Amino acid sequence: MEIPLSYYLILSAILFAVGVAGVLTRRNAIVVFMCIELMLNSVNITLIAFSAYLGDITGQALVFFVMAVAAAEAAVGLAIVIALFRNKQTVNIDEINILKW
Amino acid sequence: MTSETLTFFFLAAFAVTTAVLMVLQRNPIMSAICMIANFFSIAALYLLLRAQLLAVLQIVVYTGAIMVLVVFVIMLLNIGEETRLRERYNLGMAAGVVLAAGFVAELAYIVFFSGDPSIRASLDPRAAAIGTVEEMGGALFGKFLLPFEITSLLLLVAIIGAVVLAKKKG
Repeated sequence: MEIPLSYYLILSAILFAVGVAGVLTRRNAIVVFMCIELMLNSVNITLIAFSAYLGDITGQALVFFVMAVAAAEAAVGLAIVIALFRNKQTVNIDEINILKW
Repeated sequence: MTSETLTFFFLAAFAVTTAVLMVLQRNPIMSAICMIANFFSIAALYLLLRAQLLAVLQIVVYTGAIMVLVVFVIMLLNIGEETRLRERYNLGMAAGVVLAAGFVAELAYIVFFSGDPSIRASLDPRAAAIGTVEEMGGALFGKFLLPFEITSLLLLVAIIGAVVLAKKKG
């Protein structure tokens, strides 16, 4: 039996949901950040699965760009976390509310 | 059950387990280690999908660059076991889990019941050819040349932004 495309889509959906649950429940900014990476990765699985099952390279090229954006996001996001920690001595996102009205 | 299917189920179970552990761990370093294991299983899944270049890039970029940066920042800020954050179990947390479960149910419904009936049951015969460095290079420097160049600009902006944000004031 060959693996049908839907197996990959379901796996990707589960990983994305775990990432969503992590973002909504965790309070540590760095863990929230890792959960966002997990969501990006689950979307990458979907893109590569469609690319392989349809025989089209566009999905894989898109994954390449997603990886570049994730790397840029990691650099800037962690720099923001460091700047926040320097000012407030915490990475708890409940205590970081200076943009709240 | 072919060995490929068994491999898929093993890797999928491993990926989901490490992802759940990543969310449940109290210690951010343990979270990061679970995330690295998760990235390795995802790289192996890419290999199952015949995407060789992206499997290698997944390990080099995600576990090699991004996670090293994350672990570095966790250790730099010293938010380990002793100064661990107080995490609350409250209504917001329950709502988050319920929302995520509803979301996965929605996605499963779309995949199983309202999907295109022509959805593929097996890999395309060209799958092994399009994952190679040669094909990817041809696509990136041909059809996707403009996005590729814009990506380099994005990375430059990210470098400058990271330096400006993280440097000491004054």
